Amino acid sequence: MSARRIWAIFLRQLYLYRRSLTRLLDVFYWPTVDLLLWGFITLYLERVGQKMPHYVSFFLGGLILWNILLRAQQGLSVSFLEDVWARNLVNLFVSPLTIREYLLGLLLVSVFKVSLALFLMSFLAASIFGFRILLLGLWLIPMVLNLCALGWSIGLITMAAILRFGQEAEILAWALAFLFLPVSAVFYPVSVLPPWLESIAHLVPSSYVFESMRAILLEGEIRSSLLLEATGLNLLYLLGSYLLFEKVHQEALRRGTIPKIGE
Amino acid sequence: MECVLRVESLSKSFDGVPALLNVSFELKAGEILGVVGPNGAGKTTLINCLLGLVTPSGGRILYFGLDLFRERSRVLQQVNFASNYVALPLSLTLRENLRVYAHLYQVPSPEERIKEVLELFGLWHRRDEPARKLSSGQMMRLCLAKALLNRPRVLLLDEPTAGLDPEVAHRTRELLKDLRRSSGLSVLITSHNLHEIEEISDRLLIIQAGQVRAFGRVSELLARFGVEDLEDLYFRLIS
Repeated sequence: MSARRIWAIFLRQLYLYRRSLTRLLDVFYWPTVDLLLWGFITLYLERVGQKMPHYVSFFLGGLILWNILLRAQQGLSVSFLEDVWARNLVNLFVSPLTIREYLLGLLLVSVFKVSLALFLMSFLAASIFGFRILLLGLWLIPMVLNLCALGWSIGLITMAAILRFGQEAEILAWALAFLFLPVSAVFYPVSVLPPWLESIAHLVPSSYVFESMRAILLEGEIRSSLLLEATGLNLLYLLGSYLLFEKVHQEALRRGTIPKIGE
Repeated sequence: MECVLRVESLSKSFDGVPALLNVSFELKAGEILGVVGPNGAGKTTLINCLLGLVTPSGGRILYFGLDLFRERSRVLQQVNFASNYVALPLSLTLRENLRVYAHLYQVPSPEERIKEVLELFGLWHRRDEPARKLSSGQMMRLCLAKALLNRPRVLLLDEPTAGLDPEVAHRTRELLKDLRRSSGLSVLITSHNLHEIEEISDRLLIIQAGQVRAFGRVSELLARFGVEDLEDLYFRLIS
């Protein structure tokens, strides 16, 4: 394992973002638009629905944490796509770089993107709507880690699909995470879901994170058992998605498809 | 002379269709080996196997006595590759591109080395321009600069002069010959340009339908088959 090779993967993406206004906009524009839109909707709801005084913390907390999952996933899969689009995969994969180093480099990119989004959204939420994400206290750390872990699992599955099916699967880089949105119970409790969807939600780690966020923000109650369950599921999914990616990579080497990706 | 690359009974099939069949050859230190064959002969599959991009169905690939698939990182640290069909990221400047690869290949004193290789290919004055501003010939020169960045012991080139104008193609061939002389670089090169291959190669590997049709020194092969030049030899073997 070489730290310098991992750094090279991070550096390649950093150079890309430094020179591309559209990519920078993607990092800053959507989180800002999301936050302003939902922030003003929830302010309005608070005014007309006096019985629910916690709309702002409820929605904005959910929105900020959901963006963490999204950015973590895209930090992996979109960065991988950047190498596919640039027809750069061959140059990378014929270098001494190992698959683990490549994935760790992309994880670093993902952490960077998550940090930017978290900082930006927290700052805007506090300065415009008076919502402070730090109300979650130190529990914010395991929440963020769990959401990143699920984002990485989804990212690895997306990358495996692109490696297996080529660029036809690239839509998954934007769409797959949203499949988890309804069952993550970001903006409502799991209990409002129909029973069959509720049982699916119990298999999704993010649903435990959002439930525990609501417990802290609405009731001031810390339900650490929820975060423990999320961590257990995430470890399982991370291992599973890594093994899937590794298997698809070996299969791509056997089928000789890597040089053809991006053509 | 030391053998830097030994290929033993290499075979590869895709969905039961053979692309390479029992291919064996070796590359010695400081040697240029030309690989020729018609389209679909298996040249690209051979290079992809030699780079570890395709897992062979059978046989072994040994660089410096090390098995490529067991000692991948260690081997590829001393090998590099350039192809007319593989680009570098267009949004990055020339220097940024090479900086990334200098880290990947763990090149000591990367900035000095980047300057050396860019000067070698006449691209130093364009170091801070994005690669998208390069012509196809200049892009190939940048890829060659990347390929020499880590001072490889073995260089694999897939049709490297295909997009170059005659003058730059000539300079590239001269450069490869110089590097072979000065640093003992070993080169495996594929090309459809038979004159180029004849001019540059010490030995020749002719493959067709995934099988070796001839392997040896160019002069020996010409004498063995009683032909005047490589073009005659090629058409006699391939037809």
